[in-house]
Amino acid sequence: MAKLLKLQSYVPVLRAEQFYRYRLAEDYRFLEYKAAVTIQSWFQGCRVRAFIRSLHRTATIIQKTWRGYIERKHYRMMVKTAYFNLKMNFYNAMAVRIQKLWRGYYIRKYVHNCKSLQKYFEEIRKANEIVRQQLEEFSEMNQRNREKKKKEMEERKKNYQARKMHYLVSTRQIAGIYNSPYRQFPDEMEFRLQRAKPLNRWERHTKKDDSCGLVDMSTDTTSFSLPTIHPLPPIGKRKPQGPFRDTAEVLRQRYKPLEPTLRVETLITSLEEARAELKRKENSNLISDDLFLPFSSLRKNQKYIPSFDTSVDYKMCSLRTVHQEKWITKKDFKTVFTPVPFFDKFGRTYSKAGEIV
Amino acid sequence: MSQRHVLQVFEQYQKARTSSCQTVAELANRPQNVETLQNAGVMSLLRPLLLDVVPTIQQTAALALGRLANFNDDLAEAVVKGDILPQLVYSLAEQNRFYKKAAAFVLRAVAKHSPHHAQAVVDCGALDTLVICLEDFDPGVKESAAWALGYIARHNAELSQAVVDAGAVPLLVLCIQEPEIALKRIAASTLSDISKHSSELAQTVVDAGSIAHLAQMILNPDEKLKRQVLSALSQIAKHSVDLAEMVVEAEIFPIVLTCLKDTDEYVKKNTATLIREIAKHTPELAQLIVNAGGIAAVIDCIGSCKGNIRLPGIMMLGYVAAHTENLAMAVIVSKGVPQLAICLADEPEHHIKAASAWALGQIGRHTPDHARAVALANVLPRLLSLYMDAESSEDLQVKAKKALKNILQKCTHLPALEPLLHDAPPNILKHVVGQFSKVLPHDSKARRLFVTSGGLKKIQEISAEPGSLLQEYINTINNCYPEEIVRYYSPGFSQTLLERVDQYQPVI
Repeated sequence: MAKLLKLQSYVPVLRAEQFYRYRLAEDYRFLEYKAAVTIQSWFQGCRVRAFIRSLHRTATIIQKTWRGYIERKHYRMMVKTAYFNLKMNFYNAMAVRIQKLWRGYYIRKYVHNCKSLQKYFEEIRKANEIVRQQLEEFSEMNQRNREKKKKEMEERKKNYQARKMHYLVSTRQIAGIYNSPYRQFPDEMEFRLQRAKPLNRWERHTKKDDSCGLVDMSTDTTSFSLPTIHPLPPIGKRKPQGPFRDTAEVLRQRYKPLEPTLRVETLITSLEEARAELKRKENSNLISDDLFLPFSSLRKNQKYIPSFDTSVDYKMCSLRTVHQEKWITKKDFKTVFTPVPFFDKFGRTYSKAGEIV
Repeated sequence: MSQRHVLQVFEQYQKARTSSCQTVAELANRPQNVETLQNAGVMSLLRPLLLDVVPTIQQTAALALGRLANFNDDLAEAVVKGDILPQLVYSLAEQNRFYKKAAAFVLRAVAKHSPHHAQAVVDCGALDTLVICLEDFDPGVKESAAWALGYIARHNAELSQAVVDAGAVPLLVLCIQEPEIALKRIAASTLSDISKHSSELAQTVVDAGSIAHLAQMILNPDEKLKRQVLSALSQIAKHSVDLAEMVVEAEIFPIVLTCLKDTDEYVKKNTATLIREIAKHTPELAQLIVNAGGIAAVIDCIGSCKGNIRLPGIMMLGYVAAHTENLAMAVIVSKGVPQLAICLADEPEHHIKAASAWALGQIGRHTPDHARAVALANVLPRLLSLYMDAESSEDLQVKAKKALKNILQKCTHLPALEPLLHDAPPNILKHVVGQFSKVLPHDSKARRLFVTSGGLKKIQEISAEPGSLLQEYINTINNCYPEEIVRYYSPGFSQTLLERVDQYQPVI
């Protein structure tokens, strides 16, 4: 019990101590609580940070892997295109080289063929030369012809002049004006005069008609001559002397129309034409195209009798023997009728033949 | 006895009429008499004589009238106003050949002056009777009728159409085939007058088969006929490619070239015109002419004549050269450029110079080769002087400028360009400097020569607006040379050197 007592004795102490302790504990409790919170927050913070850090780390890993993958993919694409471009550029360059060579060749060969062009120009040059030469020759020839013509013209003119002035020719007694005795040789005209034939009266008076085709009346009358005025009919003059016919009758005779004979009038082929016409008519009037044929059986049994003409012996009696002793006269036979042309002309000419007085 | 007296009066009257009429006709021949005649009232006096009973008097009256009307416009007007034409037309169909000739002559004289008068003649119904006259036996009547028709058709397309509608063309073609030279001549000239207005009219003439006959007569010795024939062919060929080809198909080449050597100037001119009208249509036709040696013939022809006769030849060269560069080269090869240069230098008339300048421009505008050939003929300075000359006509200035521009834009022949540097105005200088700026960067010899000949110095003296094309060209040229050289040749360089001498303080 002692013990109990002993123990009981301890109770107040203990109580005081407890109270003290409790008070102390109560004093420190907020502090300790704060400390505990601090510690816990630190610890929890550490833990969460560690967790987050690990999360970040993992995310980084994921991201870097992904991004790496994507970028590598992209890079590969880029390389591919770059390679492709490189290749294409190369090919293009090569194509240009080929095309340029080909085009150059083609153009030189077929389009702007310098050689052929030069050849062409050379040919043109030659052609020009030839043309120039030919034209030169042509013009020379023309010139010569013209000169020749001119000379001939002059000659003709001089000859005509000589014929006109033929009366100036020198005679045996008197020297002409072209044959001066003071000169050594006579003039050239003198020989011309000697050769020339004088103009006759008709030639002297006919004027040359040089109005051929020219109708330019505006210039002058020389090229255009009006028709000469017909003289008026004579007024009240007596009939001229002499056995002249009436003018009207003469004119009628002069301007009578052409009257050809029947023979001249008809065509030379008229007979043939008439025959053809007849035949044509016959043909058109035919009933049947087949002509009637003779009966061949009719004279089948008759004997053939030759004709008289073919059977006569010519030697025995000549049909053409001439018996001159039977002739009445020695003259030829003459018709008594007037020939037909006479009747044609009857009464149409001046001739009075055949008129009944 | 009394009967004789009576008749004598008439005889005297007739003689007096005849002689007075003939005298008037003769007097009308001289221009100085015409006014007096007019004042004397010759028109009103002649008019009743046209209806005289005696044919000779009628003819002479018509002849006198024709001569008067031929003289001037007023008298022709008087004939129209005096109602003489219907009377003439009426009797044109009736009377004898002499009267027909004289009446056709009056109609021609009236129609000659103006389209108005020609229209008056047409309104009288003259065309039908004239066409009937074309069928006459007498070549003189045909000729005068054809002549009158030609004078009517020459004025304008409507009158021409009227002549064609009257059916004249086939008869004219028949007239060409007649043996009389004078008739052929007039008929050809009438065909030419008809076909010159429009392609339809020309087509009508061609349809009547005229080309073959015309082409046959190219070699006719008569020069006047040749003139008309060639003129007709060229008037036909000028309208369209088809017509030109038809003319060519008549095988006129190379026969027609002989006409370029003719003694007659107008034959030459008309031949050159014909060739020009054919060549201007297509490159193929031009090529055909070139191949036939036509260029050489034309160039010779240009060399052998003077003045207006050259003009069609010059234009022909221009047309041929304008088609393609090969044809232009053919002109150069045929020595056309020196001939044109001579024309440019010698001809006093501006339009011929203008044509030469134009032709040269057409030749030189194709490639540097062409331009070089033109420049070698020493044409550029002359063109420039023509352009700068205040007396030159406006057309010539424009043509010279265009030609210069065309040639300069292709020219790389620097020796020819250098003289132009010194005296060209800025608008030409631009092209000259431009050519230098194109050539110099690639040619070291030329660069050297450019400096020694003083070109660079000249370039530095040019005052160009900054930013202009000219300034750009100058800069390009300056960039081809070291800076010191450029500075050395700049104007005022010696002055700056002297200034530097003045400012220099010697170090002692």
